[in-house]
Amino acid sequence: MIEFRNVTKRFPDGTLAVNDFSLVLPSRKTTVFVGSSGCGKTTLLRMINRMVEPTSGDVEIDGESVLGGDPVKLRRSIGYVMQNSGLMPHFSVIDNVSTVLRLNGVGRTAAHARARELLDTVGLDRALADRYPSQLSGGQQQRVGVARGLAANPNILLMDEPFGAVDPIVRVDLQQETSRLQRELDKTVVFVTHDIDEAFLLGDQVVILDKGARIVQVGSPSEIIESPADDFVAAFIGADRGRRALSLKQTPRGLVVVDSEGRTQGAIVGSDAAAPASADGAAP
Amino acid sequence: MNWVVDNFGLILQLTVIHLQQSVIPIVLGFVLSLPLGWVAWRYRLVRGPVIVLTGLLYTIPSLALLILLPATLGYSAISAPNLIIALTIYAVAILVRAVADGLDSVDEDVRQAATATGFAPFRRFWAVEFPLAGPVILAGLRVTAVSTISLATVGILIGVTNLGYLFTNGLERRIIAEVFAGVIAVVIIALVFDLVLMLIGRALMPWTRANAAAAQGAAARVATTRAAA
Repeated sequence: MIEFRNVTKRFPDGTLAVNDFSLVLPSRKTTVFVGSSGCGKTTLLRMINRMVEPTSGDVEIDGESVLGGDPVKLRRSIGYVMQNSGLMPHFSVIDNVSTVLRLNGVGRTAAHARARELLDTVGLDRALADRYPSQLSGGQQQRVGVARGLAANPNILLMDEPFGAVDPIVRVDLQQETSRLQRELDKTVVFVTHDIDEAFLLGDQVVILDKGARIVQVGSPSEIIESPADDFVAAFIGADRGRRALSLKQTPRGLVVVDSEGRTQGAIVGSDAAAPASADGAAP
Repeated sequence: MNWVVDNFGLILQLTVIHLQQSVIPIVLGFVLSLPLGWVAWRYRLVRGPVIVLTGLLYTIPSLALLILLPATLGYSAISAPNLIIALTIYAVAILVRAVADGLDSVDEDVRQAATATGFAPFRRFWAVEFPLAGPVILAGLRVTAVSTISLATVGILIGVTNLGYLFTNGLERRIIAEVFAGVIAVVIIALVFDLVLMLIGRALMPWTRANAAAAQGAAARVATTRAAA
């Protein structure tokens, strides 16, 4: 469990990135911070592994303040995946994945063996092990980034817009993979994105943030779609348009769901097909 | 040509001396420039002064430096150490800037990622920042090497014997072949030294060629993605 207690971060230039933020992130669940750029979501993430230190307040992992110990040791115990992969361009794929293990003093052979297993885990061909990151596609680089984050088998995985820079088709692929990995590996994942669809797809707990990391709404994707806290949330999740503004249409063969463009998205199935159902059940 | 054949032993002997007098300042300059360049890179405030000051050193005429240094510091001008100290100063002048520029060239994302994966600052410098600054530092080192090897010939004017001897001696005795032999020997050493540095760079930084090849592909990919968007 990760807990933010009244955390405030003011940067030296005076920017108030995070203002009195408190939240509990449950263990073995995925919490997604979502908001537009500059809302402080990345700052929140980086306070968990002390890349950023709070001006006031505290961040605790399982009841222990992250500010107490050695930050380097802390970071080695937390997986971190960032946008543009953040891979070491001068390390081969296998060395990149082994990085944290090697830092923790694991021998080269053992670290490489473990790294090879991780390539399998994230769906990468072992033949890529000796390539340099620049010789991989954007999607492959992100997979290596995820493998590196998982290498030391951390309980917590921080993901900072990991799929922001890859093309949409690859992104969907990576999102599905992440969702699968989460089910298999059972980590506490903290995910930052500005993409609300990504947030709803991956998050058990979605936190919608406004400037200064003000919490606008916290809840499961269903809770947020069913009852947006205010107009800001409704507009942000696009409740009134596109794929999330669904309505029912009677056809000779039964009820179907259509979106705001009039495109049919699916059919209502089951015994209560005649009764108007809540719209979110058909949301992708 | 006869002169070269007859005096091949001398040329070889001078070449070895010349190499010794050049290698020491190159290595010394490199070692001194690492911390200086790091300080210039790390502390924005001192960066300007350090770069300007070391840059100015390079503008001091070599002969003046060779005479002024021993005069102010009180050691013999007619000695190899005097030449070596002067050449080291010139090497530092080029390399401090190269080290600072090299560290600048390291992608901030990579630095952040290194910190996030748990590199402590000292280890991060040696395992990440220094190697990634390598290509720029190596470029500076190659310039330094060639410049030092050619500059070392002025040593003869303060009585330090090296390949420069062939210039002055050839001039006095009107043996053009001797002067040419000196020039060619200096050029050959410089080229060989440069080649060796390049090969060392390739061996130590195998990723640079992979990246260079990929950068071209990436540029093409970005162009097509932009066009598509």
